[in-house]
Amino acid sequence: MLYPDTVEAEVLVHKPWFVGTMFGVVLMAFMAFNLSGTGLAELMRPVIGDPSTSGLYGRFAIGFTIAVIFTLNVVLIGFAPLKLQIGIVWLELLLLFIAFFETFHLSLPFIREKLPFLVSQGVVTTLYVSAISIVIASAIAVAGAVAKLSNNGFAYAIASFYTSFFRGLPLLMQVYLIYLGLPQLGFVINAVPAGILALSLCYGAYMTEIFRSGIQSIDRGQWEASRSMGFGFALTMRRIILPQALPVIIPPTGNQFISMLKDSSLVSVIGVWELMFLARTLGQKTFQHMEMLISAAMIYWVLSICLELIQSRVERHYARSKVR
Amino acid sequence: MSAQAIIEARAVSKWYGHFHALKGINLTVHKGERIVICGPSGSGKSTLIRCFNRLEAHQEGEIVVNGVALHGRMSNVAAVRSNIGMVFQHFNLFPHMTVLMNCMAGPMWVKGVPAVEARQTALQFLERVRIPEQANKFPVQLSGGQQQRVAIARSLCMKPDVMLFDEPTSALDPEMVSEVLETMTGLARDGMTMVCVTHEMGFARAVADRVIFMDAGQIVEEGTPDAFFGNPRHDRTKLFLSQILKH
Ligand SMILES: Nc1ncnc2c1ncn2[C@@H]1O[C@H](COP(=O)(O)OP(=O)(O)OP(=O)(O)O)[C@@H](O)[C@H]1O
Ligand SMILES: [Mg+2]
Repeated sequence: MLYPDTVEAEVLVHKPWFVGTMFGVVLMAFMAFNLSGTGLAELMRPVIGDPSTSGLYGRFAIGFTIAVIFTLNVVLIGFAPLKLQIGIVWLELLLLFIAFFETFHLSLPFIREKLPFLVSQGVVTTLYVSAISIVIASAIAVAGAVAKLSNNGFAYAIASFYTSFFRGLPLLMQVYLIYLGLPQLGFVINAVPAGILALSLCYGAYMTEIFRSGIQSIDRGQWEASRSMGFGFALTMRRIILPQALPVIIPPTGNQFISMLKDSSLVSVIGVWELMFLARTLGQKTFQHMEMLISAAMIYWVLSICLELIQSRVERHYARSKVR
Repeated sequence: MSAQAIIEARAVSKWYGHFHALKGINLTVHKGERIVICGPSGSGKSTLIRCFNRLEAHQEGEIVVNGVALHGRMSNVAAVRSNIGMVFQHFNLFPHMTVLMNCMAGPMWVKGVPAVEARQTALQFLERVRIPEQANKFPVQLSGGQQQRVAIARSLCMKPDVMLFDEPTSALDPEMVSEVLETMTGLARDGMTMVCVTHEMGFARAVADRVIFMDAGQIVEEGTPDAFFGNPRHDRTKLFLSQILKH
């Protein structure tokens, strides 16, 4: 939350100038489109006559109707309590999205037929590839952050070379390099481990920087208090510094997790049967690409939402010591 | 004095880069002694007492704490530190732990004391600094004075041989200073060995066995409170006292 001022302000969506402007903008926007071929125009036939010949008057009437509905909707939502407001707006945006996908005329039976396999093979692979990669990346990140903050020249050099290299190369390139490059050195590596390795190394590099800044954000005094009581380095890190750094680390790390979930689709290029790979191949035979791609997109979204929920849970847990 | 020496500093010098922060300090702290260090800002008071538990490393001379010499590569620095309590100007409580846990952490994790026993000790010392009812709060929920008393209790839970205080009251509002000073006076009465950097001259007069005045990295003058306040010998001391007692 932003800093809440105690002075009660009038709700923005109830201010006359705001409502007026909103009404005007919506009216203009919809007058600019020609909506005479749509269902709404058909509904308004009693008012505007034949939509295709109604001309400017028709456009105005349609735009006006939409603007009234829209404005009324916003103003009414403005009266609801915060939680309800958020819920309603989410729902409405979702309905708009569904309406948008409706226009693709997707074949639902086809989706229903393929969905079980998409989930049991694709989602499962995506989930375990990203889960393992996230764990490894976090471990790399802690080690990398400590190395980058240490005054050991070797550790610093290795860690900074690592972060520079893996942040500097496109992830797709890393996937190829590891899958095709390592065998050159005599390590033959399967597609799944290669994908996990690439994801862990790449995200480990990003998260090293996140962890480093998190650790650095902790006041020197905490180190001093801890060391002055006889805590060693590892104990100080584990019990004092990291727990305090977590609230700083978690939001960007949550970002990384979500982004990792989706970037795991890049390992489909080396033939791992994860969600993206299946979405592309399952629809190919019957040219029903859109069905599978949109299904996969929705699944990615749902998974991300789960991660978002987990993140907000964890954040709330660590906010405990900040409340007065 | 015949009492056992807890801290012995001999000809201690320290540099920050080219800046000579401590210039040949000699100081012995005996068991049960209460020492107050004062001096103008930047004179090296904090640096000196932070050398005593090796939060800072000195470059020349010798510091011996409880018979252990603090220089070079020390493998046993944790053991030495766990016997020296330190109280900071800004409290430095662990904000993610409750007050009780702040007090239990040291004994449990450093000395391996069982949780039940650590809890008992913690409650006992929180009682002693007169805030047992705050045990389950987090540090941010306490006032400055209360936080500093928790910090003192936290140090006491380690059962230290000597307590170092670095301006423990200078970040506090005036009305909270006295509650912390009372706690410290109580400690002194119980025979705790203390080295306090402070500008609370009333406290120094009442409690100190010796007052030490530092300027520009050197000990300029030292003596009993009576001699120090009643009859300062050096001009620098007189000037400092006149400035600080003016208020
Ligand atoms: N980490 C550091 N790096 C460089 N110089 C430092 C460092 N710490 C302290 N100094 C310098 O050493 C001198 C002594 O510092 P110190 O903190 O011991 O002073 P002090 O007597 O405690 O002053 P104050 O009353 O303001 O706390 C100061 O001039 C300060 O600028
Ligand atoms: Mg100081």
